[in-house]
Amino acid sequence: MPRHVNYRVKIDHPFKILSRLMKYVYKINTYKIILVIILLIVAAVTQVSSMSLLKSLIDNVVPDLLANPENMTPLIVILLEMSGLFLVSIASTYAYAFIMVFITQDTLKILRDEMFYHMETLPIRYFDSRTIGEVMSTYTNDTDSLRQMISQSIPQITSSFITIVSVFVMMITTSWILTIVTVCSVFLMLIAIKIIGKRSSTYFMDNQIVLSKINGYIEEMIEGQKVIKVFNHEQEVKDGFDELNNHMRESNYRANKYAISLMPIIHNLGYVNFAVTAVVGSILAFSGFGGFTAGAFATFLLYNKQFTQPIGQVSNQINFIFMALAGAQRIFALLDEKGETDQGDVTLVNVKEENGNLIEVKEVTHHWAWKHIESDQSVRLIKLCGDVRFYDVTFGYDEDKTILHDISLYAKPGQKIAFVGATGAGKTTITNLINRFYDIQKGTITYDGIDIKKIKKEDLRRSLGIVLQDTHLFSGTIKDNIKYGKEDATDEEVYQAAKLAKADQFINLLENGYDTYITGDGGNLSQGQRQLLAIARVAICNPPVLILDEATSSIDTWTESLVQEGMDELMKGRTVFVIAHRLSTVRNSDAIMVLDHGKIIERGSHAELIEKKGIYYQLYTGAFELE
Amino acid sequence: MFKLYIKHSKGYRAQALLTPFFVAIEALIEAMLPLFMADVIDRAGGNEASSIVSSVMNKIVTYFEGVFPNVHNVYVYVYGVIMLLLAIISLFSGVISGILATNASSGFAKNVRKDLYYHIQEYSFENIDKYSTSSLITRLTTDITNCQQSFQMTTRISFRAPLIFIFSLVMAFLANSELAWIFVVASPILVILLAIIITRANPYFKKMFKKYDALNLVVQENITGIRTVKAYTTEPKEDKKFAKASDEVAMNSKAAEKIIALNSPVIQFIIYACVMVVSYLGTMMIVRDHYGEGSTLYLFITYAIQILSALMMVSMVFMMLVMAKASTDRIVEALNEVPTIQNPANPIYEVKDGSVEFRNVDFSYVNDDEKLALKNISFKIESGMTVGVFGGTGSGKSTVMSLIPRLYDPTRGEVLVGGINVKEYDLKTLRDQVSMVLQKNVLFTGSIKDNLRWGNKDATDEELIRVCKLAQADEFVSKFPDAYDTHIEQGGNNVSGGQKQRLCIARALLKKPKILILDDSTSAVDTKTDALIRKAFREEIPETTKFIISQRITSIEDSDIIIFMNNGDIENIGTHQQLLKENDIYNKIYQAQTKGGR
Repeated sequence: MPRHVNYRVKIDHPFKILSRLMKYVYKINTYKIILVIILLIVAAVTQVSSMSLLKSLIDNVVPDLLANPENMTPLIVILLEMSGLFLVSIASTYAYAFIMVFITQDTLKILRDEMFYHMETLPIRYFDSRTIGEVMSTYTNDTDSLRQMISQSIPQITSSFITIVSVFVMMITTSWILTIVTVCSVFLMLIAIKIIGKRSSTYFMDNQIVLSKINGYIEEMIEGQKVIKVFNHEQEVKDGFDELNNHMRESNYRANKYAISLMPIIHNLGYVNFAVTAVVGSILAFSGFGGFTAGAFATFLLYNKQFTQPIGQVSNQINFIFMALAGAQRIFALLDEKGETDQGDVTLVNVKEENGNLIEVKEVTHHWAWKHIESDQSVRLIKLCGDVRFYDVTFGYDEDKTILHDISLYAKPGQKIAFVGATGAGKTTITNLINRFYDIQKGTITYDGIDIKKIKKEDLRRSLGIVLQDTHLFSGTIKDNIKYGKEDATDEEVYQAAKLAKADQFINLLENGYDTYITGDGGNLSQGQRQLLAIARVAICNPPVLILDEATSSIDTWTESLVQEGMDELMKGRTVFVIAHRLSTVRNSDAIMVLDHGKIIERGSHAELIEKKGIYYQLYTGAFELE
Repeated sequence: MFKLYIKHSKGYRAQALLTPFFVAIEALIEAMLPLFMADVIDRAGGNEASSIVSSVMNKIVTYFEGVFPNVHNVYVYVYGVIMLLLAIISLFSGVISGILATNASSGFAKNVRKDLYYHIQEYSFENIDKYSTSSLITRLTTDITNCQQSFQMTTRISFRAPLIFIFSLVMAFLANSELAWIFVVASPILVILLAIIITRANPYFKKMFKKYDALNLVVQENITGIRTVKAYTTEPKEDKKFAKASDEVAMNSKAAEKIIALNSPVIQFIIYACVMVVSYLGTMMIVRDHYGEGSTLYLFITYAIQILSALMMVSMVFMMLVMAKASTDRIVEALNEVPTIQNPANPIYEVKDGSVEFRNVDFSYVNDDEKLALKNISFKIESGMTVGVFGGTGSGKSTVMSLIPRLYDPTRGEVLVGGINVKEYDLKTLRDQVSMVLQKNVLFTGSIKDNLRWGNKDATDEELIRVCKLAQADEFVSKFPDAYDTHIEQGGNNVSGGQKQRLCIARALLKKPKILILDDSTSAVDTKTDALIRKAFREEIPETTKFIISQRITSIEDSDIIIFMNNGDIENIGTHQQLLKENDIYNKIYQAQTKGGR
């Protein structure tokens, strides 16, 4: 993994990201935002009016009372008025804060959800090139970086903006020359923000990236913590961590250093601006230039103070904004990642047969057909049989590195096709193409005579049952895991599937049987047990085509021989693709394909291949070794 | 919580302590500058300057009016220059304090992250089992970021706010000690109310973080198992699962933040109440005593607002601390996790030979006599023997073996290696000499060479090739285009199961151990290769004691001795021939396996 010596990573088009983010927030919370703006205005108005009440208390009521101490009524009235306003102010502040909580959290939730929904549509390739922790970081660190910005910065900026605009109008009407002076210094502030902001934001971007790298590192290393222990590898792992951690500190420090320096700079530029304006104003007032009076001068200074204050407040938020921009860029990058393309329009439907004709029905019949809508809108139903054919298929994970060369093969419904060959020969790759985890570069694959590109991906995959080499289980009960692919399976079906896979024996020995909760990818289950669960999981789905990729590799031969019976049962009437290095597992296949370097070098039944006395024969007799 | 800050700010304490000094300067000036501004505005409006700096400033202005009799509005220049100077000082103090604070906080975060990560490295298997990966990741990233932010805030604001508070309170007492008492009463009320808010919100924050871990888990599982998800087209189901998890995070965050939202209205309430009381009492006082005039009231209300907004800043720090508290607790929890297996006080650094003995060993993963995974295990193995460990799934094969390198400690009884209790060895020494290839094996992102060198980081290329030949891995590795420099993806996903297993064995061999334990490490390797590996072991490393756990009898039938485990017990122990004769079950299994096999 290349290390960034350069800590600065560009944020592309910060304003585009900002406006996209704002649009997002607005889209999700339109009504609430309008309400919040109203509440902000109410709060501002009540604040101003309560101040004017205070002024009238001091200017009018107190002198009146001094003159006429008996008459308490005006004091009481004004106090009542004040308390009324205060209550409104408190209420609006609370309502505002309350609504903001919802705006913030709803936005974060929806963003996370959309990211996840989108991630689920991404092609396998996307995941091949990233560590798990790196992707996870987008959901946590990057999304979190938005929280402060949405809940604090945006409202702060909004209210500041309102103030700035209204004060600006007042300023122009008072003195345009002084306004220019003020605007000049504001311009200075903006330049400061721009220069420092640019530096800061690049480091923030780097910060988020390193954070994701750290996340990836921790994820990988903690998953492998036991191996680390066994190998006394703690020190090396610590060193690797230190490198990232030091980088992290460096970019974090630099990013925040600049951002935080901005606050006092802007704040104090405000005071400088005030001082300069005061001097210029005083000269103007004295010379009487343009009818500028002493009274106008005082008023202008007040405006000036009100004008620069909100800018200072905005600068307090600047580091949060930069951090959020960096996070948002990574979030949008995920959202903009191109999802799996699916131009297929052939769908899988339930059918029943009447007088030799297929009729589409809504209810579950366990009979399926491909539904193809022709160009003239007529519907064609093709019975799902499980006939899979490859025509001159060529494929490589990289365009220029071909893994499979001109593969042609056919599997008729109910046939069992086995792939044997050394690792890297392309066995697993072939199965990855049938379910379109990857798309082929040349050639065609058909399923019941239909080009699989024309079949809706979801339906294509639904019609294929796959047991992968590495069994992946999900947190949940054993039962949940078995019925993973068939949500509405009954308990009876679950037990049936488990029995078929010979998994019920060990499940029953678990503390809570089928309701035993497993976490962390199956935790304490052995590899073999996990494979049994995977077989049960596919059995319950009842797919017409089965792909077994080293499905029994971790199961001992004894158990395998027990499972075999169930497997035979499972394979009955289905098209099955088997990958196995134990030749005993593939012996009874209808056809065996011997693969070598992406080419089929031998094919035939067990007997035929033995007869042929080629590679397979050598493998079988042990004269030649696989892998 | 502050203990954590103090303990882990090592190396950055000077910065952390210097920060408040500059903050104080900045805060002081910042408290004064508005007064200057008010004065200028007062004077410009033709009024008397009325702030507390006015009396001093009046003298200075008068002096300069003497020096420049011809200049009009001298006060503007005087105020202007002084403000400019103050602003510059404040600017630099501000920048310096900011830099110091970020330096300290990022350093603090680095330290905590490092200390926590290092501590996790000390965890025993038992400790590791306790935490989920996602929860440890959250602790090391999100939680620490939260703490860092609060640390930064604390070093800056927590000094600034009290300063302004005291400054304003003193001013208020100077102005009118009678009214000033209102603040003395109001402040603790505010503090108590805020404390209540905080304590009520805290449990929700804790819960929120738990849900956060759960969310993380869903993401992690989905990325790891994306092929399974896609193969089963369960995307909608996973989407729902995630939506539920993110919903729970949002719900708990809302619950916590809804309470926190009370914060500003409560502060406003107190401020307004003070303003009301000051307005009423002040007016009455003025009327009764003919004390001062209307502007005194104004001044007072200004102080009221200033004092209480200082408190508000304190409350903001509190808020940060509340959020950080839940995070801190989680960090501290992981930091305080006592590694259940630690190095002995006077460790032994040499393992004499590869002999192993178990004496009446009981073991339970959960420390419960009712749930023993191993029951009264005793056996003795001479150095250099090849030992087959056989038994059904869940019979305790792996458990027995994991006691030898002290991955777990027995609940009762003793495990001896080289005639000495394993507890007396230096852990590193023991584990270097007892090399175990785990069942769930992991390769790491990096080249094949990198991965192999886990066994011995100084190993030469020749050694790497030698062990790979032993483990029958050299043949396929050298066929890769990049051979030993081939890049391995996370988890070793780009090599097959059998290849992974052989690389893992090679990695373990590189340690040159006295005892080698293979926990079902050849399950994905074909029988022929399996036999070749065993043959190589016999010929090349005869003095190493080899434990081979397997579910295939063929893998162990040529062992010197076979331990047949059943249900946490030793069912039988002896050579293959003995077991065939003495044990019916063994015999039956053997028949079944050989019949089914090739």
